[in-house]
Amino acid sequence: MAAGGERDLLRVLTCGSVDDGKSTLIGRLLRDSRRLFDDELASLAAESRLWGTRGGDVDLALLVDGLQAEREQGITIDVAYRYFSTDRRRFIVADTPGHEQYTRNMATGASTADLAVVLVDARKGILAQTRRHAFIASLLGIPHVVLAVNKMDLVDWDRRVFESVAAGFREHAALLSFDRVDAVPVSAITGANVFAAGETMPWYAGPTLTAILEAAEPVRRAAGGPFRMPVQRVSRPDQDFRGYSGLVVSGAVRPGMAVAIVPGGRTATVERIVTYDGDLDEAACGLSVTLVLAEDLDIARGDVLGCAQAPPGETDQFAAHLVWMDEEDLLPERRYLLKCGTRTSTARITSLRHRIDVDTLQQVAARTLSLNDIGFAHVAVDRAIAFDAYAEVRDTGSFILIDRFSNRTVAAGMIAFGLRRATNLQRQAVDVDKARRARQKRQKPCVLWFTGLSGSGKSTAANRVERRLAAMGRHSYLLDGDNLRFGLNKNLGFTDADRVENNRRVAEVAKLLVDAGLIVLVSVISPFRAERQMARELVEDGEFVEVFVDTPLAVCEERDPKGLYRKARAGEIRNFTGIDSVYEVPQNPDIALMAAEHGPDELAEQVIAWLAGRGFLDDDASPGDPT
Amino acid sequence: MPHLSHLARLEAEAIHIMREVAAEFRRPVMLYSVGKDSSVMLHLALKAFWPSRPPFPLLHVDTTWKFPEMYEWRDRKARETGMKLLVHVNEEGVKRGVGPFSHGSAVHTDVMKTEALKQALERGGFDAAFGGARRDEERSRAKERIFSFRTASHQWDPRNQRPELWSLYNTRIGPGESIRVFPLSNWTELDIWRYIAREGIDIVSLYFAAPRPVVERDGMLIMRVDERMALAPGEAPEMRSVRFRTLGCWPLTAAVESSAASVAEIIAEMGRATSSERAGRLIDHDQAGSMESKKRGGYF
Ligand SMILES: Nc1nc2c(ncn2[C@@H]2O[C@H](COP(=O)(O)OP(=O)(O)O)[C@@H](O)[C@H]2O)c(=O)[nH]1
Repeated sequence: MAAGGERDLLRVLTCGSVDDGKSTLIGRLLRDSRRLFDDELASLAAESRLWGTRGGDVDLALLVDGLQAEREQGITIDVAYRYFSTDRRRFIVADTPGHEQYTRNMATGASTADLAVVLVDARKGILAQTRRHAFIASLLGIPHVVLAVNKMDLVDWDRRVFESVAAGFREHAALLSFDRVDAVPVSAITGANVFAAGETMPWYAGPTLTAILEAAEPVRRAAGGPFRMPVQRVSRPDQDFRGYSGLVVSGAVRPGMAVAIVPGGRTATVERIVTYDGDLDEAACGLSVTLVLAEDLDIARGDVLGCAQAPPGETDQFAAHLVWMDEEDLLPERRYLLKCGTRTSTARITSLRHRIDVDTLQQVAARTLSLNDIGFAHVAVDRAIAFDAYAEVRDTGSFILIDRFSNRTVAAGMIAFGLRRATNLQRQAVDVDKARRARQKRQKPCVLWFTGLSGSGKSTAANRVERRLAAMGRHSYLLDGDNLRFGLNKNLGFTDADRVENNRRVAEVAKLLVDAGLIVLVSVISPFRAERQMARELVEDGEFVEVFVDTPLAVCEERDPKGLYRKARAGEIRNFTGIDSVYEVPQNPDIALMAAEHGPDELAEQVIAWLAGRGFLDDDASPGDPT
Repeated sequence: MPHLSHLARLEAEAIHIMREVAAEFRRPVMLYSVGKDSSVMLHLALKAFWPSRPPFPLLHVDTTWKFPEMYEWRDRKARETGMKLLVHVNEEGVKRGVGPFSHGSAVHTDVMKTEALKQALERGGFDAAFGGARRDEERSRAKERIFSFRTASHQWDPRNQRPELWSLYNTRIGPGESIRVFPLSNWTELDIWRYIAREGIDIVSLYFAAPRPVVERDGMLIMRVDERMALAPGEAPEMRSVRFRTLGCWPLTAAVESSAASVAEIIAEMGRATSSERAGRLIDHDQAGSMESKKRGGYF
């Protein structure tokens, strides 16, 4: 161990199916990092004779299988935390079992982890469980996953076995949102490639598991992010001092900085950062501090102080992923307590959008969620709260739901986006309204939302439809996803979060244009069902027309008009829809265009016919005006 | 941006936990056992609420078998910090003359410590109690939550604990129920020592090596504090340079031979240590898993 040195801390999650050797591997890490003392080794030897699975030899797994109840059943039943350190780093390992409680326990362990080690048995390869583990790790936002292919001793240290398992895993991981995927062949029993490489696998030239853990980047997204501090307590030792105590969960704060107080939208200036060790010039993410503000404001526990230039959102409705953790099923519309940051509110699930099948990653319709289910839902809180998207700031984007009667923690949630801004912004009333503007144009405004893969022919079809509309004297506007990325959306990339924001902006603009009385054609990939649904909900019933340009991936790739598929396959672009980013096929589009089989004019005719059939193109289609 | 050191992260986490408790519970209390972990916890509490004073009292559960230095230290620290100090003794136990020599370590611990603690928490009406336990101390603690839920009868049920995600703690309890809170959950023994060194925290002199009168029994070095410990024929205390790695009731806490007289020397010695901290605790040896049985019964 390094003499006086303070090191940094990496939090690691380990997951694997029962008997893959996870306990043995952790026992190995503890022992080889010399965290075991003589008396512990002696009691381990004694217990190995009593409970061990290795015929009286020392069973490292017993170091980790702590509770009597478990030892009797021979399984691990909960999340356990282990500690070890190397000369470089201090580690906290969250150990989660692989049996049926895995989702709840894994989500718990994953919520604080910087890195996930997914263990598989070399003889069994990738199992359904392995895919679930990777999905949950990714859902909880762990950026770095390491596949440890264990029990290499039982497959004669065969390189091909390792490589095929690793390749299978990488294929699956590519569908998820990891920044980094590593694979290492190990034997927990012999210790090969755990701490030291050993001589059994000369063909493996990569780093050992420990070396990977020592070099991994902790989750630092928060450190570079916007300043956030949920207020825990107001500190008032006397009349002259009023400070706000809290943990800086993102970004950094300095005296003189302008901060927004959310909810409420007031702003103030930071005057001092007070700590027991004296005032600070800066408090970075991860520190617990007390802030004194220059202004005299009424701020309470539950408020969030955020950077004034990039404040947290404020909403009373948002969409979120939920991991259900209770024996009692989710009841939509039931009132639960929701704790987000330091604020506890009353909340209800207003609509469960879907459940995610963790084996296939498919979205399936669901009325409820049961223990260990994962779903996507709209949540309404009784009063507006401060929030961020989970992908942006973990601590202000996460929440737990508590049953008001049993007091159990029933769910963990990750906010995807706010559904409507419920600030105390007041809407300005206008005299000329949508109906009036529509009547002037003698048409019924609507959004024709063209969704489909890149190269599916969305823009071509939308363009032809608009030409037809113009020829008929209709007023329209075409919002093209690619074009918008040159202006309105030029600060967005292609991560899931950016795609969601991209769609949100397009949907909002479409809404404005509908309000202006136009027939709006939108051409964006819009891969996620939830966002298309959000766009639909923004406008009035019947105003949203989902047009699915249904062209098979193979055809799009074959056409490859912009050469993007080639680049994506070559790994030059990441998060490309259909390649390493999902496209969620519309389940019930209003119009489906078979663009592989029909020419653009035929497709345009299909859309025009649909509109005509529903009265959108009648000469006096515009909504009536009573005056 | 430089990475925060692990001690800075552990400190910030502990402070966050203490503030959550102060904000969400009606009547918290901090268990203070005078040991190194308690000393670190008290120091963190002073930091957490500065410039206010921690909004809860300290509670010492006195088994009447602590080292004299510990009593002195306890009273001095309470004076220096201005914290309110509550001391509780199980008077029934005293009346029945319960002690480790007459009744054995198990009964003594149960009556004078576990029972006494329940009495003190009930009488004080405390709904949250901070303890200095660490997960790395003992295997059954590895699954202990930071907020550990106890029923109205102080029972701990390992199967009925709440999942803890992110830094969100479910602090809701029903009438009579309580929560034990462990802000040092993620600290190891070495972290404690490094933090003591870094912060210059004062700890009771028993942790530092000095010549002390000890008796060797069953391979354990016991410091004979007073005549309540009868000497067997031929047994005589001898002066040896010893220190304690952990402090409890003196007949139940074994000393280790050592020459480490400063925190730096203790840290250096730990790098070479071959036995665990709990090896010096006589109550843990009864059987593997014994800590778990005690915890189910309400032991901290
Ligand atoms: N041959 C061999 N056996 C292993 C290895 N790792 C674990 N095992 C054995 O596999 C069984 C299950 O291991 P355990 O660590 O309890 O698995 P867990 O359920 O994932 O915690 C035990 O009998 C281990 O001794 C390994 O690398 N090689």
